[in-house]
Amino acid sequence: MTETPPATRIMPAPLIPAEDPNAGPILRVEQVGKDYPTKSGALTVLEPTSFTMQTSELVSIVGPSGCGKSTLLHIVGGLVEPSCGSVYLDGVEVHEPSRERGMVFQAYTLFPWRTVYQNVQFGLEMRGLPRKGRERIADKFLEAVGLSDFKNHYPKQLSGGMRQRVAIARALANAPRILLMDEPFGALDAQTRAVMQDLVLDIRRRERITTLFITHDIDEAVYLSDRIFVMTARPGHIKAEIHVPFGPDRGDALRNAPEFLAIRKQVHELLYEEGKAVVDAEIASGKK
Amino acid sequence: MASSIPTTQATESAAHAALARRRRTGARLFRIGSEIPRPAYTAIAALSFILPLLLWCFFTYSGRANALILPTPTRVINAAIDMYKGGTLLPDIQISVYRIGMGFLLSALLAIPVGILMGAYKSAEAAHEPLVGFIRYIPVPALIPLVMVIAGIDEAAKIALIFIGTYFQMVLVVADVTRQVPRDLLNAARTLGANGRQLLFNVLLPATLPGLLDTCRTMIGWAWTYLVIAEVVATSSGMGYMLLKAQRFSRSDEMFVGIIILGVLGLLTDLAFKLIQPRLVPWADLNKN
Repeated sequence: MTETPPATRIMPAPLIPAEDPNAGPILRVEQVGKDYPTKSGALTVLEPTSFTMQTSELVSIVGPSGCGKSTLLHIVGGLVEPSCGSVYLDGVEVHEPSRERGMVFQAYTLFPWRTVYQNVQFGLEMRGLPRKGRERIADKFLEAVGLSDFKNHYPKQLSGGMRQRVAIARALANAPRILLMDEPFGALDAQTRAVMQDLVLDIRRRERITTLFITHDIDEAVYLSDRIFVMTARPGHIKAEIHVPFGPDRGDALRNAPEFLAIRKQVHELLYEEGKAVVDAEIASGKK
Repeated sequence: MASSIPTTQATESAAHAALARRRRTGARLFRIGSEIPRPAYTAIAALSFILPLLLWCFFTYSGRANALILPTPTRVINAAIDMYKGGTLLPDIQISVYRIGMGFLLSALLAIPVGILMGAYKSAEAAHEPLVGFIRYIPVPALIPLVMVIAGIDEAAKIALIFIGTYFQMVLVVADVTRQVPRDLLNAARTLGANGRQLLFNVLLPATLPGLLDTCRTMIGWAWTYLVIAEVVATSSGMGYMLLKAQRFSRSDEMFVGIIILGVLGLLTDLAFKLIQPRLVPWADLNKN
């Protein structure tokens, strides 16, 4: 067992070594687009899109459903081949998934036959790390997400929020260069979601991990991000970039601050037009 | 209040509540998807055996049924005892169980890896699925003459028939079970750095395990069917032969013994699977099925 925790929470040293902030962008997305062939010609899901991310940044992408934001993330993850353009991580072009780009999905993706402990060790095991080293790393990250006491539970015994905590720990244990999160809290209730958002902030402060975050929740985007990309309805592209100037030290009180609400309103207005476009298009295609 | 002296009104309302509760339980028996109390479930299950048994007793002991066709339970029990004493009953059961075991084992040993490959790789699917689809629709009895020409009439022929009957069904179900593994589970493993071989052995294989057990449970039922077909056609031992012999000598009591034993053996196999499942895959969400 671990020693008893100290009364006040001392921020531990980051488990992933920090980066030189003056280095170039960690991620470059260049003219990345995606269309799918259909019977009536190619359907463009994502128009050529470009952006870069700096080390330790948290960038959110918000947009109406079907705007291709999730496709964009899957392309960055190497799970979907883009129709055009390229993604570069540390200057190296991305072609397939790798442990450098850890991913957390909206659906629960813990391996049901593995305990929490074994789930967190999965990536390390695939790399052939010896047991001792694996367990040391898994212990650290389980503590970071507050689930040290649930090591030997199976996923089916956990709530949705706890499963996503394990999924985050599992991705981080693999020491990725960037964390890709695809609406990770979309299936959780509002209260749990707020707690999970604080966990993301907490992890960012400790690990300074570069994070690309997909959501359709405006509050979530403003609360977590350094920058927000707002996407248009399908075929999607980035319509606006919004800087969120609150720095890494944020807390629940921020949610009611006027500056927060102002940014929230700005994003909402940008998104509302797009949402309306989606609904109008659906109704129009239904009339045909 | 529980401690106060019960007034007539209070007892009356308590009685009403009890009545309403009973009514609700009654209504629940006929509500779609509703859980029912465990004792109620057991009682209904027991009745489903007892009722036909009672009807059987009633029609036979009262002499209402033709004794040549429908024997009394007493005669069936006596026949079973005679068959046991005659030394044919146990060997017949043994040889049948052996044939099932071998045929099913061979079929599972081949169908599980091939099915998983078919579910995992489109190329494996293309190589095997059309062929399986073709053979699958040929009724097994139609293959009996050919199998006998090739494998003769001894054990190999029966095992081959059980194999043919189950393999081509099983391989398709296993492929389906494999395809149902959520894509996100595989994607998650890939983003964690798993390579192709690791995806197959460390993700796909364990993920399909509960489904594979379910498949085996269903398929062993099919195996019994083909066993009896094989044994009725050409053999001098086994449960199927026992039934055929009983028919030849118009021994309806012996037929009943055979049929009941087949039913009990099937039930026991099913029970064994039900016991194994939670031990083999304790992590699986069994309520989901």
